[in-house]
Amino acid sequence: MGRYNARFLAAVASMSPIISIQGLTKTYPSGFKALKGVNLEIQRGEIFALLGPNGAGKTTLISIVCGIVTPSQGRVLADGFDIISHWREARSRIGLVPQELTTDAFETVWDTVSFSRGLFGCAPDPAHIEKVLKQLSLWDKRNNEIMMLSGGMKRRVMIAKALSHEPDILFLDEPSAGVDVELRRDMWQMVRELRESGVTIILTTHYIEEAEEMADRIGIINKGELVLADEKQALMQQLGRKQLTLSLLEPLTSVPDALAPWGLQLQADGQELVYSFDAQADRNEISRLLRKMNELDIGFRDLNTRESSLEEIFVNLVQQRAGDQA
Amino acid sequence: MNFNHHGVWAIYKFEMARAKRTLWQSLVAPVITTSLYFVVFGAAMGGRLSDVEGVPYGAFLVPGLIMLSLFTQSVSNASFGIYFPKFSGTIYEILSAPISPLEAVIAYVGAAATKSVVLGLVILATGACFVPIQILHPFWMVAFLLFTAISFSLFGFILGIWARNFEELQFVPLLIITPLTFLGGVFYSLDMLSPLWRAVTLFNPVVYLISGFRWSFYGMADVSLWLSVVISLTFLAICSAILWWIFKSGYRLKS
Repeated sequence: MGRYNARFLAAVASMSPIISIQGLTKTYPSGFKALKGVNLEIQRGEIFALLGPNGAGKTTLISIVCGIVTPSQGRVLADGFDIISHWREARSRIGLVPQELTTDAFETVWDTVSFSRGLFGCAPDPAHIEKVLKQLSLWDKRNNEIMMLSGGMKRRVMIAKALSHEPDILFLDEPSAGVDVELRRDMWQMVRELRESGVTIILTTHYIEEAEEMADRIGIINKGELVLADEKQALMQQLGRKQLTLSLLEPLTSVPDALAPWGLQLQADGQELVYSFDAQADRNEISRLLRKMNELDIGFRDLNTRESSLEEIFVNLVQQRAGDQA
Repeated sequence: MNFNHHGVWAIYKFEMARAKRTLWQSLVAPVITTSLYFVVFGAAMGGRLSDVEGVPYGAFLVPGLIMLSLFTQSVSNASFGIYFPKFSGTIYEILSAPISPLEAVIAYVGAAATKSVVLGLVILATGACFVPIQILHPFWMVAFLLFTAISFSLFGFILGIWARNFEELQFVPLLIITPLTFLGGVFYSLDMLSPLWRAVTLFNPVVYLISGFRWSFYGMADVSLWLSVVISLTFLAICSAILWWIFKSGYRLKS
């Protein structure tokens, strides 16, 4: 009976969100409202990307969950523990890699990572530190002073510090800021490996490519409000626009009236016709358009379709919200 | 996990490692400075200066000079220890760690006080090379040594949190601690002063610490031992109260 109970509880725990944010607001002493009532749940084991322009509140949100900034109102649970009343339990489950490259200078890589492990209340475990350093290709540098390392290597050291105490939740604040392409690829690979080992990862970024490449779910935050949070695929389908571009044989001066129902646009001095449609729109629409063009004897030499990137989706959303408010 | 002893130990070790890296600055420099005082006031001028209540002037200097180093080093060690992470940004890790304010204070202040006590003992040994020293009340000597190291490290810790730049960090030690110490009876007994200056000097809290400490060596004091103890405890209580408020309000640490 007891075993069943324990299994039941474990099952319930695995279904509950690992981070639950309710009605979170933050007003800085200057009066600036960085967060305006954010509600968000992060599922266990997912990679969640928080997207937003500079000053949107991404870092404030992360800083509150990690205990660096005091919330004005609202509640945050990390693995079921309230970050205010059960701060010790909550914080010991979280690792943070902040945006700025802030490291000690004279410490060795090994010492600084071991320091972080101790600081988070864990007994020394050289085997774990070794594993983390090897995973991040820092093993050869373990006896180097941090100030001797390159920027990219320092970034790895900060990740190693955040992983030193075996957290269940890892926050990466702008992990790709000032990082070269190679390291970015390495880091994405590492993040995927971490997720496979069961770590939940929350990253902030304004590189859409990064969110698109890695995230299971994406939250979009702007001016302190969570505009939406959804599965990446759903978001792309729901909001993604497709474009069909037709390169014409003969340039047109205007779109013929017979083609008005498709809302076409001319570009490149009348050389190209562009048709924009929803990703889920009626698929026959394209063939109808092409048939109609055939009837009108408008020939084309090439055509291509393109899905809108998250960046475009994001820009549209932000503009839409701004328009709604105006 | 009710007490994060791994965390306290990690910070303590980190701070002690910093002292090892800066051995010249933290140990050798103060010893050289103190030796110069002995050479100048003890050996060169000591013969011309009369004894103070039967104690040769050079020997009279020793407790005061130890206190002088204890004040300045405790304040600078502890203030730098917490100011630097603030300055470099590495404080994010301390703030996000499962470590309570009390634990952080124990670690930082403990490390700063340890360094000061070691320094105090080294200066005592240095002094013993120059002048004959006797310690009448070893228990009280150790008690004053520890107590001063801890309370001035606490004071330094507050200073480190308060300071917004290096100038502010230097301001208090240079313009407050050093004058109070020099006018607090390191180099003279209060009996040597005119009644007016003697009365003014009694408002200087440092007087009570130096007087108590010197009493533990030679049994001579400017003020009563218990008054020294009470003033010292009051100083400790004030520093603790300020720190308590700092952590409660998040002053200059958290927004």
